[in-house]
Amino acid sequence: MYWEENNECMDRDELKQLQLERLESTLNRVYLNVPFYRKKFDEMNIDIDSIRSFDDLRRLPFTTKDDLRDNYPYGLFAVPLREVIRIHASSGTTGMSTVVGYTKNDIKTWSNLVARTLTAGGVTKDDVVQIAFGYGLFTGGFGLHYGAERIGASVIPMSSGNTARQVKIMQDFKTTALICTPSYALLIADTIKDMGINVNSLSLKYGLFGAEPWSEGMRQEIQERLKIIATDNYGLSEVMGPGVAGECLERDGLHLNEDHFLIEVINPDTLEPVPAGDVGELVITTLTKEAFPVIRFRTRDLTRILPEPCKCGRNLIRMSRVMGRTDDMLIIKGANVFPSQIESVLFDIEGTEPHYQIIIDRKGALDDVTVHVEVSETIFFDEMKKQSELIDLIKRRLSSELGISVNVRLVEKKTLERFEGKARRVIDNRKL
Amino acid sequence: MLRIRNLEAGYNSLKVLKKISMHVSSGEIVTIIGANGAGKTTLLKTISGLIKARAGEIVFEKKDIVPLAPEKIVLLGCSLVPEGRQVFATLTVKENLILGAYVQYRRKRTDEVSEDMDRIFKLFPVLKERGRQLAGTLSGGEQQMLAIGRALMSRPKLIMMDEPSMGLAPLIVKDIFNIIRKLGEEGSTVLLVEQNAKAALGIADRGYVLETGRIILEEKAEELLMNKDVQRAYLGRDLDSEVEIK
Repeated sequence: MYWEENNECMDRDELKQLQLERLESTLNRVYLNVPFYRKKFDEMNIDIDSIRSFDDLRRLPFTTKDDLRDNYPYGLFAVPLREVIRIHASSGTTGMSTVVGYTKNDIKTWSNLVARTLTAGGVTKDDVVQIAFGYGLFTGGFGLHYGAERIGASVIPMSSGNTARQVKIMQDFKTTALICTPSYALLIADTIKDMGINVNSLSLKYGLFGAEPWSEGMRQEIQERLKIIATDNYGLSEVMGPGVAGECLERDGLHLNEDHFLIEVINPDTLEPVPAGDVGELVITTLTKEAFPVIRFRTRDLTRILPEPCKCGRNLIRMSRVMGRTDDMLIIKGANVFPSQIESVLFDIEGTEPHYQIIIDRKGALDDVTVHVEVSETIFFDEMKKQSELIDLIKRRLSSELGISVNVRLVEKKTLERFEGKARRVIDNRKL
Repeated sequence: MLRIRNLEAGYNSLKVLKKISMHVSSGEIVTIIGANGAGKTTLLKTISGLIKARAGEIVFEKKDIVPLAPEKIVLLGCSLVPEGRQVFATLTVKENLILGAYVQYRRKRTDEVSEDMDRIFKLFPVLKERGRQLAGTLSGGEQQMLAIGRALMSRPKLIMMDEPSMGLAPLIVKDIFNIIRKLGEEGSTVLLVEQNAKAALGIADRGYVLETGRIILEEKAEELLMNKDVQRAYLGRDLDSEVEIK
């Protein structure tokens, strides 16, 4: 099932032409209408007419989150405010929030692209879609809401929080598709169990999850516990919000909406493109945004391009699930560590729950890392020996994955904090 | 069908097209809108080979047409309905149409000419009525129909029209656009250049906004209609009025 088959299955040569045209008109528009870009290009002596190919694009400067902050709130808008019909701000996971705007056409494009993602994830007009993303300045709630409405599904604008009520509504309204963060999906699964509800009595079929990195193990867990097909989707408010990329039912990477976004993957240190298929930082240039175009925006998200064609028939290229953020990367004892690596190790170990927290302290001059892991009840009722065996196993696996040794503490089920939005997995107490 | 990349063109020291990339797919009606002096006519003349491109690619049906003479480009199936009609005033309507079919003679498709003429008379009954009349005695709207008919006589795969509404009364403009819409419905591929943005976007599938030699927007026609920049271009706002002179 496709939402816009002509675009999603477009011949790659035609796509390339369209991208070049749209890149050209986007550059012309930002040069005319956004003083920030005009100044930057002029300072660097870049004639935008000389940008003739995707290789030439590399001569243009990157745009960073700092540029967005420096131009807070409206400095990077390419249209006058009277043409803007919606304003959102980034969720502020890291630092100060940044402001983005949408014209009438932008909202239409956005709804369509989210509709593509939803359709790819199995949602149709016959579904009852419960949106448990926060509504408000965060783009997740409204983005998915408009996309689901565009498809013609029955949308429940639930917003996040009040998990028991979420479950009650899910049961009473016969929700068939759940939309939230993956960590919240697990909390919902816990709550369903606590409320003594048999998950098979619910009508859930599909779950579309995003807004935070998650692992393949977590997908399996969510699918088994909620009895759904879970797909990953990706977006960021600076670029548009959800709808930048989404998985199809093959569940093997996220199709990037390349007719609207030009993708590069760079080495975050050298800023050079990585060899095809290697992991690097995703850089996005918008091709159709009117109010808030961005040129070579550094997303800080790490992923890689999967160049092989997908079985689903879409010609839009896929990226792997986001492996982490360049700014989530922890430097512990000199090694680069991503929380997602720890998560995927834990998922493979029997007896642990998918809830964990990483606490980093500095003892003297040395970093000290403790991973708190929830374990299933049964283990705590058993003898100490089993516990220490489990700790050893986790330690061994983690040190082989991360290349550094870490402490492991087992904690009882449901003792770690739960999150309704984006989960906070890392507590860094180091004063660096 | 038509694919243009990084096209530059102009007259003598005047560079009119700074850099243009665009395309027209088979069966589409694509319109290029923009203010006076934006480069719309120059673009069509460059595609037709009347002006030589200085840089960039023009590929028609997978063939590079930049080096080709205008008549070769028509022979390939890319015909222009020029601005201001340019019918042969001292020839009759029928003679004008037959001249349009000269490539059909070169293709040795003489047998198709009278069939095509019947088709054009069906599309424009008034031309049949006036078949023996001199083209110079036709009204502006009738001359425009004749100019379109003449281009159709070459059996084009792509028909390009330069300001077909120019100088015509609003009612006649409506007729002309209905005919273009009809051509589109019958499967013709049309590249339409117009100052009358509203009318052009009303019948087109997609559009480009041309501003002083550069394309600033490419979108579906219905989306362009909602765009404020389009309204500005239509009103003749010129954001970059200094023309580059080398």
